[in-house]
Amino acid sequence: MARIDVKKTYKLYIGGEFPRSESGRTYVVNDAQGNLLANAAQASRKDARDAVVAARKAFGGWSSRTAYNRGQVVYRIAEVLEGRRDQFVAELRASEGVTAAKANTFVDAAIDRLVWYAGWADKITQVVSSANPVAGPFFNISAPEPTGVVAVVAPSGPLLGLVSVVAPAIVTGNTCVVIASEAHPLTAITLGEVMATSDLPGGVVNLLTGSAAEIAPWLASHMDVNGIDLTGVTDPDLATSLEVAAADNLKRVRRAPEAPVDWLATPGIDRLTDWLETKTVWHPIGV
Amino acid sequence: MTTTSASTASAGVFDDITASESSLRRFLHGLPGVDQVGAEARAAGLGTRSIKTTAKSFAIDLAIRMVDLTTLEGADTHGKVRALASKAMRPDPADPTCPMTAAVCVYPDMVATAKQTLGTSGVHVAAVATAFPSGRAALDIKLADTRDAVEAGADEIDMVIDRGAFLSGRYLDVHDEIVAVKQACGPAHLKVIFETGELQTYDNVRRASWLAMMAGAHFIKTSTGKVQPAATLPVTLVMLEAVRDFREQTGQMVGVKPAGGIRTTKDAIKYLVMVNEIAGPDWLDPDWFRFGASTLLNDLLMQRTKMVTGRYSGPDYFTLD
Repeated sequence: MARIDVKKTYKLYIGGEFPRSESGRTYVVNDAQGNLLANAAQASRKDARDAVVAARKAFGGWSSRTAYNRGQVVYRIAEVLEGRRDQFVAELRASEGVTAAKANTFVDAAIDRLVWYAGWADKITQVVSSANPVAGPFFNISAPEPTGVVAVVAPSGPLLGLVSVVAPAIVTGNTCVVIASEAHPLTAITLGEVMATSDLPGGVVNLLTGSAAEIAPWLASHMDVNGIDLTGVTDPDLATSLEVAAADNLKRVRRAPEAPVDWLATPGIDRLTDWLETKTVWHPIGV
Repeated sequence: MTTTSASTASAGVFDDITASESSLRRFLHGLPGVDQVGAEARAAGLGTRSIKTTAKSFAIDLAIRMVDLTTLEGADTHGKVRALASKAMRPDPADPTCPMTAAVCVYPDMVATAKQTLGTSGVHVAAVATAFPSGRAALDIKLADTRDAVEAGADEIDMVIDRGAFLSGRYLDVHDEIVAVKQACGPAHLKVIFETGELQTYDNVRRASWLAMMAGAHFIKTSTGKVQPAATLPVTLVMLEAVRDFREQTGQMVGVKPAGGIRTTKDAIKYLVMVNEIAGPDWLDPDWFRFGASTLLNDLLMQRTKMVTGRYSGPDYFTLD
């Protein structure tokens, strides 16, 4: 007798758990040939709201960990990802229709990207902080602090692109709500499983799948979101309206890229500094 | 049906019942038992109602008007009470259409401070008295505690029953104590706290409700907020049934106040749905239903802001206490 397939249910990743969409909606995800691959949860604005609450709740604990410890946790994600590389290679081949060699390149690059950002965790402070010379009897010191809850519209690169936007946000101490690529959401949820099993506290990364055009405006106008990354927004009108909505509570905005990004290239540190605020302290010099 | 306030007292109606320990016990134990599974299922079922748009706006504003904004910490200061009183008068300073809360609820020594800040705004001052939260003190101390709070200007007194006496079956002691405290209250309204988390069964909640109503309580209240579990939907359902039945029998209305553990707008709306369905729309008024809460108010305000502005709000925009 033929064995019945065990099909995976792709859900959301919010607050360290994998709930279905509050709306009960799903949408069909096809492979590169247009055949049914799976159904993915279609997140609603209320899922986004719940994700922001989870991210806010996680922010205090995550941001007060030492940078060294955050680096270790992100490195741990890379380790667990390495252990499940075959699964990711298979998923990338199915969803994007790329060759095994190409899929391997992307998985390698994603793991390396995590390690690269993990290394930056306890070094970025030295690069962007300073002791400022001032004309008075004060020590004047500037140091970076995480921005808070960051909403991320992830680019369509299902694994490497996603890792490249999420890692810098969390390694600096922020927590994030990510809208994964609408066309390739499955790898994002599998990456959520990696995060759930790798010392990352629940709520630091929250992954939503569904329509960015539907969900992103709610995150852009949300008063409890401190920054928004528009890297994955391809529609210029949507990008403009999101920037307008984000201005209401003076969110940090990373604008949508003007030209396609080569995710395989080594990044700069701009994605780290985008989600850092500078705190400057004036301290009187002792008697 | 003609409705009178409980302040005109239930003199006469229950005299036979409360005449002796045995007649009181016979009455309380003769009350029909609560179907535990049924009560929980009914409460859960009512919690699934979907309240949207204009109905939700109405419910949020009503819930804000029903809040007894509470601070009952050992670390309370006059400054904190003043801040809380200001917040009760103007919960959302950015929006003048936001209604006031019903009352602030404080310890007796903070009543004067609260009263001074609230003035003639219409927000009441409620004080917890009678050796709150345990209720473990001699009667004269409890009465002195009550008089003290009333003299300081409290409009409402929240008393705790002696759970030890209730659980060991000395119902008449509990009854007489409520009567004595009510007398000490003078013009102030009396809320009777059962601490349902310590009463073990829904049958006991029903008995305590009747006992307090017969003794002349203006309000029956679930909990002190110091014991887990505090207010729950099924417990409140049993109490709402009791006030409904009491009015049918006597024509007198008694209020209900769940307190403790109600933190979200969603929870508050579930309670309001239950009030409407079990007791009836007459109870959908701050004079007859209250929420004892502190963090609930901020969530109500955030939801209110969301309804008005169309975007999600955040805790950064509201005071901590």
